[in-house]
This record gives sequence, structure tokens and C-alpha cells, in this order.
Amino acid sequence: MNFQGYRRLDGKVGTRNYVLIIPSVGCSQGVARAISQGLKDVVYLPNVAGCGQMGEDRTVVRKTLVGFGTNPNIFSVLVVGLGCEELTPDEIRKGIIPSGKRVEVVTIQDVGGTRKTTALGKRIVKEMLQDAAKLSREPIPVSELILGTECGGSDYTSGLASNPAVGIVCDMLVAEGGTVILSETPELIGAEHLLAKRARTPEIGQEILSAVARCENRAIAAGQNIREGNPAPGNIAGGITTLEEKSLGCIYKAGTSPLERVLTYASHPAERGLVYMDTPAHDIEQLTGMVAGGAQIILFTTGRGTPAGSPIAPVIKITGNRQTYLKMKDNVDIDVSKILQGKETIPETGKRIFGEMISVASGKLTKAEKLGQRDFSISQMNPNI
Amino acid sequence: MSTKTKIIVINERDNVATALETLSAGAELSFEFQGHIEKIRLLSDIPMGHKLALRDIEKGEAVIKYGEHIGKSTSKISRGEYVHVHNVVSEVRGERSR
Repeated sequence: MNFQGYRRLDGKVGTRNYVLIIPSVGCSQGVARAISQGLKDVVYLPNVAGCGQMGEDRTVVRKTLVGFGTNPNIFSVLVVGLGCEELTPDEIRKGIIPSGKRVEVVTIQDVGGTRKTTALGKRIVKEMLQDAAKLSREPIPVSELILGTECGGSDYTSGLASNPAVGIVCDMLVAEGGTVILSETPELIGAEHLLAKRARTPEIGQEILSAVARCENRAIAAGQNIREGNPAPGNIAGGITTLEEKSLGCIYKAGTSPLERVLTYASHPAERGLVYMDTPAHDIEQLTGMVAGGAQIILFTTGRGTPAGSPIAPVIKITGNRQTYLKMKDNVDIDVSKILQGKETIPETGKRIFGEMISVASGKLTKAEKLGQRDFSISQMNPNI
Repeated sequence: MSTKTKIIVINERDNVATALETLSAGAELSFEFQGHIEKIRLLSDIPMGHKLALRDIEKGEAVIKYGEHIGKSTSKISRGEYVHVHNVVSEVRGERSR
């Protein structure tokens, strides 16, 4: 099965063809935005990090910014630096070079202020746009897709309709040789042993258990025991009996494939099939981590509705709640409430979503893209120094 | 699916289904399971969003939804009976991974 995508020099395939502007530090974000203004198919990252992160946090910021630059949805990259930041623009440039993309740097302190840097940046970006326009879509096997999965604003419909239907899509994509990312570690609590059992090796299974233990221990250190009091009385009144059932309702959105690998935040999956990325539950940080890891498209299930979107990857929003769909039609792409009306089966719905995913991968715009919704936030463990 | 169904089975391995509307004891329902139409008579009232047994579940046997164990039964549960916190316990409750 094929979609229409953009083949890159490194062999990877994009569902979009953007020129990306990366501010290497929060201080250059304003100039990055000014360069992008008025230019179609140019996006900038609203990055606030780049100075004051240490250790693992610094690594994650660099990996995330480089990961957005190397994501196959990007044609070329302009890095905008200030000049005195700790994470240098050249470090980001060097990380992107192996992808074969053109990547340039402008530095505000060297060029001499906002106006001059904006003018220079616009000149470079316009050149990049001219080259980007020469590239056309071509038929590409769906096995080239890395699909990120996410749920946010869940309600009782999520575990019964939208997540099982997206699970069908994920199983179909894995059967075609594609890649699926499951993430959101707090949501595994209570079902981690079940996911670990599906791991390709016992070591991969242990990595899942360890990721959950680290997450729980961090929450306990902050005074919160996630496992206690879950499922909540409201969950039980709604029909959820155990913590396993509640957690399975979330992770079932990634289907039933064996688990091939556990990735750290913003890491790229080398394997095909189902992989797990250790991310927080924060919707935007989770989304950012998966796109930095190379996801070219996201399926996002929601019960209550959300505007969430990525700067560079199409995010398809799916709800099983008819009222939410009607109330938030400008945000939600697909209504799967027929499952709960008993009018459409889960497999039938999954096939319908798969078809829509192929259309979006081939260029059809999502609601979040039409609204220009470009959320970006990097997961951090410690405050800035 | 041509006819409207009142319960949903998420995975073919499941031994429970979820009610899509509030259902009364004695009601006879048909639903699609493993490619064919099955009939089941309810032994209990089932609130919307709550579960019923698709087959007899022995005491201590796994309760299966999403194709996975969601807990084990604390008493024998008959086909068509209400399945919830009164006859199912978590198998991991309170246990933390290392």
C-alpha cells in the first residue's frame, strides 16, 4: 500500500515539505518568528530552551532541536542563534548535517540586531523555498511511515471506541512493515507487566518496568502516589473495575504487536514495528518527543476535545464522543461515535481511519494545520540554572 | 454491521463485553463475536459502560478485556452476569515495578 510523500536525500520520506527555522535559544525566538512571517511553508519552533539546562536536560534539548531538523517532513533548516548561548547553533547544525539537508546558521550578535538578521534570514529561507518547490510527491510504501500515537482529554469513550479503533490502524501499519510509537509512561502504571510480556526480549520488557518505576518514584518524591486511589471513584462509577483495565484502555491505541524497543525521549527508532518512547503525560511534551524521534504523522484520540497540533507533523484528532465532535468540529477530524451507537464495528472504523491517515500523509490538511496550531514544548526534569 | 448492537466486545479473546446502554436482567441480546452472531440472556441489570460476562468465569479465573487480564474473579461469574468490583480484583493492586 502506498501514500504520496516527499523522498529525502537520506532515503527517509516526508508527509510535508517545510522549511524549518530553529531558534537555538529562547532569546532568538522573536527573530525566528519574524523571519517566518508572511512565508508559506516556513515554520519556526517556539523554543524557549538553549541556555541554563544541564546534564540530561541539555542533552534532551539538543536531541529535540536536532530531531526536528532531521525529521523527514523538513526540506531545509535555518538555525537562528543569539551568539552567547550555551547550546551553540553550530552544535545543532552539525547534528542535522548527516541527514543531507541544507542547514544554515545566522547569529543575531554577529549579523547586528533584529532587523539585519531578519532580512538576511528571509533571503536564505526564500532560496530554500525555491528549491523545496521543485520537489514533488511520489508514491511511497506506507512502511516508510513512523506513526506517533497519543491520547489527551480522555473520557469514557476513549477506552471503548477511539483507542481500540486506532489500535486496529496500528496493527495494520505494523503488518505493512511500518513503525508505531506508543508513549506516555504514567499511563502504563498498572498495565506495565502486560506490555512487558509483549516485549521481543526479556531485557526490553525490563526496560518498560524500569521506565514505569522511575516515573512512579519521581511522582512519589514530589508527594504523589499515582497508583493509590486509581481507578478513582468516578472511574469505578463509570464502569472501570481495575487499574489494569484503565491503563489498558489507553495503551490499546497502539494495537497488539510485539514491542521491539524502548526509546528515551526524542530518540529515533531504528527498528520497524511497535516501539515505546519514555515520555511524560504532558500532551505537548509527548507530541514534541515523538516528532523529534522522526514521526511524520500523529493519531491523537480525545474524549473531551483538544486543539493540539505540531509545528511540522499533521495531527489527526479522533473522538468517540459525538457531543465533543459537534461542539469542537474545528478541532476534531474524525468522529468514531458510531462504535458506541452499535452502528459500526471497531475493525470497520479502524479501516476508515487508516484511509484518512493515508490521505493526510499524502497532503490533505488536518484541522490543527488549518488553524495553524503549532505546539512545541521540550520535556525537562530540572529547573533552569 | 447492519443491525444496531447494544454491547461491545473489544478483542476476540475477551470474556467480558461492555454495555452501550443501560440493560435489564432477562433481556436477550445478539452481538457479533469471532465472526458470527451470538445470543446472550442477561442475568443482571447492567449500567451503561459497565461489563457483563460473555461466558462462565470460574472463581480465581482471569477476567479478559482488551485481550489481556484486567483482574481475577473472586467468585464464580455466570454468562450474562454483571462483572465489576464486587466480583473482580486487580492482580497488581499496590504492587510497584522495580
